[in-house]
Formats: sequence, C-alpha cells, structure tokens
Amino acid sequence: MSSVGAAPRIIWRSAKVIDVVRETPETRTIVLDVPGWPGHRAGQHVDVRLTAEDGYQAERSYSIASPPEEPHLALTVERLDDGEVSPYLSDELRGGDKLELRGPIGGYFVWDIATGGPLLLVAGGSGIVPLMAMLRHRDRALATADTGVRHRLPVRLLYSSRRWGDVIYREELAQLAERDTTVEVIHTLTREQPDGWTGFKRRIDRAMLETVAWPASEQPRVFICGPTPLVEAVATSLVGLGHQPALVKTERFGPTGGSV
Amino acid sequence: MMKKRAIRKPGADAKRVDGNAAAGILSELFVPDLTVARAKCAGCGETRTIGVLLVYAHGMGTVMRCPGCDGVVLRIARTPTHVWLDATGATSIVVSRDAN
Repeated sequence: MSSVGAAPRIIWRSAKVIDVVRETPETRTIVLDVPGWPGHRAGQHVDVRLTAEDGYQAERSYSIASPPEEPHLALTVERLDDGEVSPYLSDELRGGDKLELRGPIGGYFVWDIATGGPLLLVAGGSGIVPLMAMLRHRDRALATADTGVRHRLPVRLLYSSRRWGDVIYREELAQLAERDTTVEVIHTLTREQPDGWTGFKRRIDRAMLETVAWPASEQPRVFICGPTPLVEAVATSLVGLGHQPALVKTERFGPTGGSV
Repeated sequence: MMKKRAIRKPGADAKRVDGNAAAGILSELFVPDLTVARAKCAGCGETRTIGVLLVYAHGMGTVMRCPGCDGVVLRIARTPTHVWLDATGATSIVVSRDAN
C-alpha cells in the first residue's frame, strides 16, 4: 500500500543494437531498441554488462544521450585505448547484436523542463553526453511552445574540448543554437584551435565562468559533467561566484572521460 | 571542527565520482532510488542527499564519503553471490514517499 518503492525495480534487460554512429574519431553513438524500456529522464544513465565466453563479466555506466521523447535509447561511448568495455562497444558492435543493460539509473542528476531555468550546462569532453540529453529534451518538449516559454527557460552550454575535431554533436549543437535564440553554445578548445578561431583557448577557469555564466542572482540550475578535476574546479568556482550549492549538480566521470 | 583526514592512495581524489555512480549497485539493495534519499552522517551529524556523497571505487567495492567531514557513510562490496552493505556511517536514511 505504501508508495515507497512505487518506482519499478531496476532489472537487467536485453537490448538490440539498431545502429552504431560515428560522432568523432574516438566516440560512437549506439542506438538501441530496449523492449519494455520504462522511460527515463534526461541526465540518467544505464549500466552495460558484457559477458565473455569464459564467463568473465565487466560492467560500465554510460549516460543516456537520447531524450525521453525518443523511442530508441542512444548511448554515446568514448573509446579508451586501455578500456575493457569501450573498445568492444566502439569497434566490434554491429546492428543486430545484443547488449545487457539496466536502467534508467540516477534520479539526482536530472533535468526536465518542469525543473525550470535559466539552465547552465558545463561539459568537459564526453561529459557532454547527459547534458545533450537535457538539450534534446528541452528542444522536443518546447517544440510547440511559444517564445515566451522558451525565453523563461534559456540555456547556455559551456563546452570544453581538446580540439575542434573532438567536439561531440558539433553540428547538431550549431544547428540548435542557430534556430533557437534561447540556446547559446560556447566552446573552449584547450589544445589546438582551427585557423581564425576567435573563441576561448584555455581550460575553464573562474574568469571564463564569470563571463559566460548567468549571475548567481538569476539562480540558474547548473549541471556540470566531465572529468573529476574539471567538474570540481568548475563547481568550486561557481560556488565562489555566489551560486547556491543546492543548485549546482555534478556528475564526475573520474579521471578519464575525455580529459581536457 | 577538525577535519579527519582519511587514509587514501595518492591521486584517489582525481578519480572520485558522485553518489550517482553508486546508484546502480544501490538498486540491488534498495527499490527506491537511494541517490535522492538523504543520509545523516554518523561522523559530523550533517544530513545530505546521497547523490552528493563522494564515491571512491576500488577493487573490493565502493566507499561513499561525506563531502563535509570525509567520514565513510556507506560501504558496499560485491562478491559473485552477495552484495554487502555497511551503513554504520549513516545514522539514518530518509526516503521520500512521493513517487517522483
């Protein structure tokens, strides 16, 4: 009778690969059909489990890239040379293959349009993945909304990558910002920049955040995702700039995850 | 209040992740999503959302620490046949009755 536990127990499910899409040289998006998928919220992740012929199992977590409005689940995976799981997912997986996964997992690092804005998203490398789900959800959910609604939910994405060729979802982000004036995408390229680059050329620091972020008085909802050192430095800077810790949510990816 | 320094391998801090990362293994123990529940730290008495605890994963399992006092709040280990939870670092855990 109690509503505690109204959420379904998370079970391992078999998912079928529909497509594997190259995003950048080092990243692939795996599009999956997951029978019985209960739906998810932007920002959540899944655990993927691989079982070798000898029975050895490896599990990794991957953020969901697709918005809840999409029927198929998309995971964007960065290939780590010394990874146990990512090389298989990036190089070996084909349409028709099966994957074991469980989810959706994690109700803390989520955003829906009901949460409100303004929305500040800060990504380092593959940390863009859950934030892209948020951007895609916002775009789909507001597709028929009038401009007043969009203006009350503006979003700024500050996205750190090593080089232009490493920027995941680069074209989609450009098109999104082009057709929706309430979406701003600000890149910083930390190692190499294309000729004529006029944007930021350094790691995200407090000065950059002061320029880019909404002022603390606007009380933006903030989501930061990427390598642990980047996430912690950005969160510390934003709190130092006056943002309330309760409004700054973090998803650390650990030492890897596209270190920039 | 003096902050208890935990014994950790050098570089462990650069690998730590958020409470979110333990949501999967916690789902093997608890049906509601524990990362949105709140835990009172037995070390410092502060109550925090479990999603903000700092997660240190190592070969033996997962340790979730209080970001304020560094004390261990939850310790989870997994063997081929069991999931083992030490929650002595949490005085209490509070789960909302609303289905989110």
